[in-house]
Amino acid sequence: MMAPTKKQENIGREELRRIIETCQSVENKRLNPFLVDVNELVAVLNQYFPNWSNPEELCLDAEALNQIASIIKMQSEWIKHRATSLYRDPFLIEEKLRMLPTERIVEIFKEAWHPLVELEQLTMGSLEAALRYWRELAPIKERWQKENLTLSKVSPTSREELIKQRILLSESFTEELEKLWKELKEKAGNNQRIRYWNFIGAETYDETIRRAYLTSFLVTYGYAALEVHPLEEEIFIRPFEKQVIKQDAMAFSFPIVISFEEWKKWRQIQ
Amino acid sequence: MATNPVTLRRKAVHSLKIRRAVQLLFYKRHWEPGVKGWELRRRIGSDYPRIINLLNDYLDRLGLMVRIVYDEEASLPENPTLDQMDKARFYVVLKETQISGEQKLVSWRIDDLAGLAVSLGYIISQGGRASRKDVEEILREKLPGWRIEFNLNRYLKAGYIIEDENGQFYLGWRTRAEVDQRKLVDLLLGTSETKMQ
Repeated sequence: MMAPTKKQENIGREELRRIIETCQSVENKRLNPFLVDVNELVAVLNQYFPNWSNPEELCLDAEALNQIASIIKMQSEWIKHRATSLYRDPFLIEEKLRMLPTERIVEIFKEAWHPLVELEQLTMGSLEAALRYWRELAPIKERWQKENLTLSKVSPTSREELIKQRILLSESFTEELEKLWKELKEKAGNNQRIRYWNFIGAETYDETIRRAYLTSFLVTYGYAALEVHPLEEEIFIRPFEKQVIKQDAMAFSFPIVISFEEWKKWRQIQ
Repeated sequence: MATNPVTLRRKAVHSLKIRRAVQLLFYKRHWEPGVKGWELRRRIGSDYPRIINLLNDYLDRLGLMVRIVYDEEASLPENPTLDQMDKARFYVVLKETQISGEQKLVSWRIDDLAGLAVSLGYIISQGGRASRKDVEEILREKLPGWRIEFNLNRYLKAGYIIEDENGQFYLGWRTRAEVDQRKLVDLLLGTSETKMQ
């Protein structure tokens, strides 16, 4: 097979650009898409395709093919629209719109117009709710301070860092876990479960964080299980009598937010 | 003859559900008025199409009706499935098209309303899409330039038309809810069997 000459390649590229422009013009001006002979355009693409080797030329070819596909889509929509009972000759409608006097157009429109009915009304209930919200809304200064708190960068922490920050004691980690497990069993008592927040919650926020951190290991290591009730938005923790190791079970993470706000809310209830 | 307690209870439940449907339909809770089918199902129960029919009978006496706008307006389902109903939006609209007295233009100026009719008629005639330039051109024949811009913004804001980033207009949610497109086109072409008042 003979290699294409430079001139042939230039003609081919021009042809592709012409196809793209024609298709775009039909699409933008909403012309009848059947004015375009798709078969002819595809034949042109086929004719020049063996000449293309560099990425730029192949992209141009793909773009031309994409534009032809858009025309085919337009043709399909055109047929669909014409097949609907809503279709009427657009030129006839345009002519009517231009010719009819304003009053007549309004009369016609009113015949086909069913304005929406909607009400806007304050009720005593909504006013009460709004006032309640206002009373409970913290002053803007406090809210901004809280936002600053939540804006702090979140990153994973290590056990050493927690010891340094006095969240964890330096005593052996296993000992701490054992102690907490014993406490959990005692607190769960006959119910064999306890509300998660009632277990991890403590006098201070720091202590609450420490307990939540250790509790997560109780669950991970099979000393206890979480019971989540999404509808009631309640989480319970259930201690096991003996450590349960499920080797076949798939492990998954269940994030629980222990924010300062949540802790404050819990403290208020207590 | 004493009424069956089961019937009484059913009536009470229906009455409660109709009241709930009225609140959902009449009062705007989001930016757009009306309510989605799935919201009705969640608040009223899976028999909400039946409740809407009962409400419709009642509204009919007041000259109102529930209008259901399906996702695919072009192919209006004859017997919609529950899934199609769930995805549809429900509105309350005036049943009668001719409003008497001072309210007959519902706070619109006659040339603004005519501009809306022309814009919608033109977009519908073009298969539901028309360029802003073309709509402006047809409006310019009878409206001053500054009024066209003002009016088009008003139609856009009200939801009668929507515009994409390429300056193409499409029919908006409010047109689909309020305007009987087929009737408008038929009337414009003078092919409707309905006699003009």
